[in-house]
Amino acid sequence: MQLDHLPLNRAAVIRAIDWDVLPDQEGHRLRSLGFEPGVTIEALHKGILIWRDPIAVRVGRMTVALRTNVAAAIDCELKP
Amino acid sequence: MTQMPPLVALVGNPNAGKSALFNALTGARQKIANYPGVTVERKSGRATFDDGQPVEMIDLPGAYSLDPDSLDEAVTRDVVWGNLEGHRRPDALVIVLDAGNLDNHLRFALELIAQGLPTVVALNMVDLAERDGLQLDAEKLARALGVPVVETVAVRRRGLAPLMAELERTLKTPRASVEPVAVSFGATNQQARDIARSVIVSETAGRQWTRRLDSVLLHPVAGVIILLALLFLMFQAVYGWSEAPIGWIESGFALLSDAITGALPDGLFRSFLTDGVIAGVGSVVVFLPQILILFLFILLLEASGYMTRAAFVMDRVMAAVGLSGHSFIPLLSSFACAIPGIMATRTIMDQKERLATILIAPLMTCSARLPVYTVIIGAFIPSVTVGPGIGLQGLVLFGLYIAGILGAMLAASVIQRFVTQSRTSSFLIEMPRYQWPRLRDIALNLWQRAWVFLRRAGTIIFAATIILWALLSFPKTPVGSGISQVEYSVAGRIADGLEPIVRPIGFNHDIALALIPAMAAREVAVSALATVYAIDAADEDAAASSLGPKLAADWSLATALAFLAWFVFAPQCISTIAVTRRETNGWKWPIFMVTYLFALAYAAAGITYWTARSFGL
Repeated sequence: MQLDHLPLNRAAVIRAIDWDVLPDQEGHRLRSLGFEPGVTIEALHKGILIWRDPIAVRVGRMTVALRTNVAAAIDCELKP
Repeated sequence: MTQMPPLVALVGNPNAGKSALFNALTGARQKIANYPGVTVERKSGRATFDDGQPVEMIDLPGAYSLDPDSLDEAVTRDVVWGNLEGHRRPDALVIVLDAGNLDNHLRFALELIAQGLPTVVALNMVDLAERDGLQLDAEKLARALGVPVVETVAVRRRGLAPLMAELERTLKTPRASVEPVAVSFGATNQQARDIARSVIVSETAGRQWTRRLDSVLLHPVAGVIILLALLFLMFQAVYGWSEAPIGWIESGFALLSDAITGALPDGLFRSFLTDGVIAGVGSVVVFLPQILILFLFILLLEASGYMTRAAFVMDRVMAAVGLSGHSFIPLLSSFACAIPGIMATRTIMDQKERLATILIAPLMTCSARLPVYTVIIGAFIPSVTVGPGIGLQGLVLFGLYIAGILGAMLAASVIQRFVTQSRTSSFLIEMPRYQWPRLRDIALNLWQRAWVFLRRAGTIIFAATIILWALLSFPKTPVGSGISQVEYSVAGRIADGLEPIVRPIGFNHDIALALIPAMAAREVAVSALATVYAIDAADEDAAASSLGPKLAADWSLATALAFLAWFVFAPQCISTIAVTRRETNGWKWPIFMVTYLFALAYAAAGITYWTARSFGL
């Protein structure tokens, strides 16, 4: 399941990140913020009004905001 | 021979509490300058070891790695590597880690330790980590990293003495110098997480304040309403809370002026002091309270961690004009002053978005415009209430801010489409935990802002005022000629040349005159008008009364409104143009900026004037 479709407040594990569809800079920043396969994440909040974009995601003990087009490149699996 | 004190750099991720630690270690003995060749702010200060030996500390910009994404990060890398020309390499590093965020922060720490400089780790904000239910083993962390680790709570000044002692010991241990190295991401990421996991003694769910607050402040509907309410409160406060202190400053200057009038004989020197210096500088210093209130709000939003939430809420709106939430923070700072705003664009990763943000930053109503707005609104807009707690004057001020914002939005979408031709923007940002802002840090920062403003009032504005006073006072009108002094003076003749250009947009001779020195700093427009009317006053009583009523008697409402519209758009401060030149590395963009802003200002003032005239104002 792509991160942008993840239900809120459910822990999930990153399965794969499609680095090729991300612009270099965003891939680089995503990595330095700790996004990597095997890391546990959790979608916490979605943006305002009808847009529901960007998404606030917990990664480690940190909260990161990213847009849905970047989130769509992150494939994850809900934890049971 | 005196030896230079050792240079110690504080370095770490953004939001690790680096600046708070820096403030705690150096106190008020700080120096703010720029790094050589770039406009990144360099904060340095002195601390002392137990034996009294001084040490120079610098606070490096927050970074995620030594492989830079932004200008700030590039400066951090260059200083750590000793590659920044004209800047010596630090003798030691203090790596500041957020104890509650080790998984993410240790990676950068490992990269820094690999640089081989003497290093001490400050495990900061241990109290917040404990609040969140996290217990850490600092000794185990020190063993895993191979460098000393000291637990600190910078904002409570805990752990400072042990940190300095450890730093002194590390500096005095002789070691071979090591060349800078680049470290790859993949391996250190895994290592960082392994270490982070191994040093956790216990981990419980904790209270998770941040998450609960976010569910309100980032709420899809409530979040928007709260942000708008906050902004509205901020602008009402700028107007409402400043009334009393402005009164005190005004009476202070009036007393001073009276004392001089009483002590000195009538003549050129007295006119210079009362009409030139006091009327000019006083009319600007009076706005210190409003500027400080504005900065207070912005500092509080920043220090509490709310600023990135505002960026989150605004991201989609900004995306509509080709920008992102990243631009929101520099643009909001530009309400205080465009210069720190433009400098804050360094954190924007996308270079096209950064350029567009720089170009529209002067449209945010900076605090220097407040003096102009306040005087004109006070003189022409009646002080009545139009609703519970909402005054008409405040509402007009709010409208001027909105006009600037709308102009900026329009300019941004045109610039992003036709000038930078950017197709996408991006938004990717860490949202720090909420914190109570520390009174001491806020006070220190406000003091620095006040000092910068007063220094400006004492130098640029003082000089501009004196020059203007001289231009207005000479040559003297022949006695009995019946020509007014202002018309006859050098300044009056320069304004004569400018007047035909600004006459079509409703500006009179006095405004043409005020526009010239306003190029140095916007607020000088007010002191210029004050000086003009003080010199031209028929008698002492008229000269002593304040500027507002004189303007109200002299200008039509249409002219006043056109004057306001001009100031919404006009690019009138030379410092902003200079900082734009430095940040964009050339004259191309500042020239573009000045041209488009003047065109906008001229059009806006003209449209306002003729519309108002057609309504018979």
